[in-house]
Amino acid sequence: MAGHDHYSDEALRSILRRCRTIAMIGASPNWVRPSYFAMKYLQGKGYRVIPINPGAAGHTVLGETVLGSLDELQAPVPMVDIFRNSQAAGGIVDEVIRLRNDKHFEVVWMQLGVRNDAAAQRAEAAGLEVVMDRCPKIEYGRLSGELSWSGVNSGIITARVLRL
Amino acid sequence: MNDGDRRYGMETRAVHAGARPDPSTGARQTPIYQTTSFVFDDVEHAASLFNLQTFGYFYSRLTNPTVAVLEEKIANLEDGRAAVACASGHAAQFLAFFTLLEPGSHIVASRYLYGGSVTQFTKSFARLGWQADLVDPNDPDIVEAAIRDETRAIFVEVLANPGGIVVDLEPLVAIARHHRIPLVVDNTLATPCLIQPIHWGADIVIHSATKFIGGHGTSMGGVVIESGAFDWFASGKFPGMTEPEEAYHGLTFAETFGDFGFTMKARTVALRDFGPSLSPANAFHLITGCETLPLRVQRHCDNALEVARHLETHPKVAWVSYAGLESSPWHGLARKYLKNGFGSVFTFGLKDGFDACTRMVEASGLFSHLANIGDTRSLVIHPASTTHRQLTSEQRATAGAADDTIRLSIGIETVSDLIRDLDEALEEA
Repeated sequence: MAGHDHYSDEALRSILRRCRTIAMIGASPNWVRPSYFAMKYLQGKGYRVIPINPGAAGHTVLGETVLGSLDELQAPVPMVDIFRNSQAAGGIVDEVIRLRNDKHFEVVWMQLGVRNDAAAQRAEAAGLEVVMDRCPKIEYGRLSGELSWSGVNSGIITARVLRL
Repeated sequence: MNDGDRRYGMETRAVHAGARPDPSTGARQTPIYQTTSFVFDDVEHAASLFNLQTFGYFYSRLTNPTVAVLEEKIANLEDGRAAVACASGHAAQFLAFFTLLEPGSHIVASRYLYGGSVTQFTKSFARLGWQADLVDPNDPDIVEAAIRDETRAIFVEVLANPGGIVVDLEPLVAIARHHRIPLVVDNTLATPCLIQPIHWGADIVIHSATKFIGGHGTSMGGVVIESGAFDWFASGKFPGMTEPEEAYHGLTFAETFGDFGFTMKARTVALRDFGPSLSPANAFHLITGCETLPLRVQRHCDNALEVARHLETHPKVAWVSYAGLESSPWHGLARKYLKNGFGSVFTFGLKDGFDACTRMVEASGLFSHLANIGDTRSLVIHPASTTHRQLTSEQRATAGAADDTIRLSIGIETVSDLIRDLDEALEEA
């Protein structure tokens, strides 16, 4: 995907349709944290979300056992969602690149407020698709019409019933 | 193809934005969801909704499918990120400021505001511990000097009611950014068809949808639109956005909801707790009005310019204050900021003063004598004998409602009929 200031709806829709298993790095067992919101919502839409958080490894979050690292994932996991700050995202992206073939990673997604252009370049050079500064929950909601229920401008003009 | 990447024109967006076919029934026109409540799938779903962990409807005080269509439509027309609708323009101002301010906070506002807003700011807001200074918005030095440590917003009507005054937004954007506070712009009189304040740097836009958006004088409504561009964390002045909210178990709005966190907070705290919700039926009327907004606004503006030009040459008329006239001190700013026209609400003065004004208002056969604006029908009012009659002559003059002043809201009728009617009424004056 060229350029990271804007992503086409077509590209985001394609990612959300095909990546049904998501490794969520920084998933929190604390139920008021944004990562918990996102995990719970995506599970409700039929996604399997596997939490990764060394600080909470072995705990159960929303029915899933928290893993300590990406190494522990069982392939295939097409998407990694990073709930860490922009700087920390760099090292995580390098891990994703290292394990790319092993785990069948296709997409690195960095959360709202997380952007690391150098890491994105490395990931793209390694053949990964990159989304930054977006939330998969919010994009799922926007493209499916659910975000509009909260008065958010989806930007989607259509005379057809909206589906993701 | 459902592609949000394409750019669509204002007319297409006025019809289609937010108003996709109903997902459950396929209904093409937006249904009126006349219901207070929505059933939960199960206890877990209910918990998710109450915790704001999922999107959905549960109680129409906060969200309603008909109201949501209006919200998205207006957010789209303003090129904003999100919007929350409510019962009136005054309620919209309350929701916006309750979300921005704390007791002891301060607002720098234009002194060219709708009179009802002046009262709201200086009397009722003061009782909540919010101080407002009303200053000349077109003098950046005065605006800058009015900013204090506690100032949390600059507020203007970009095209002011009623005097045809246009506010110079660019210097205000610079001041607001320097102080890391939002610029809040009321766009009721201009509508997004004439200006989208967010494109000039406004952070929050407010509408009384009662006026041009509804357009037919049927329904009250208000909307608050957020640009999504204001950085609450970088500002550091809005703990309500950037620190955990107790009422939601420690959720932080600017973090969890990002660029629509302000709208979420305005809805789930201010609207929830004070309750000035928009009724679904009113939302439906406002949506229907919106579909023809660009068409109507164009006719309103074209008619108003012709009427204003005619009045300017009338022997009984002392002055006309309309930004579309070259004689207006605000004509240059109007040319800079407004496209397609100059609005349709303006004032003019009669040489013979108070009594001539009341005779003229009573003599008109086509202009409705009432207190609203932005209706399809042409409207007239003499503020000194009605809305401002409790004030002294001096107070009225300061308020832009001098004894000789008449306010018109020009409708979409045949313009030659309007001019003939005004001429006949001026005969009697």
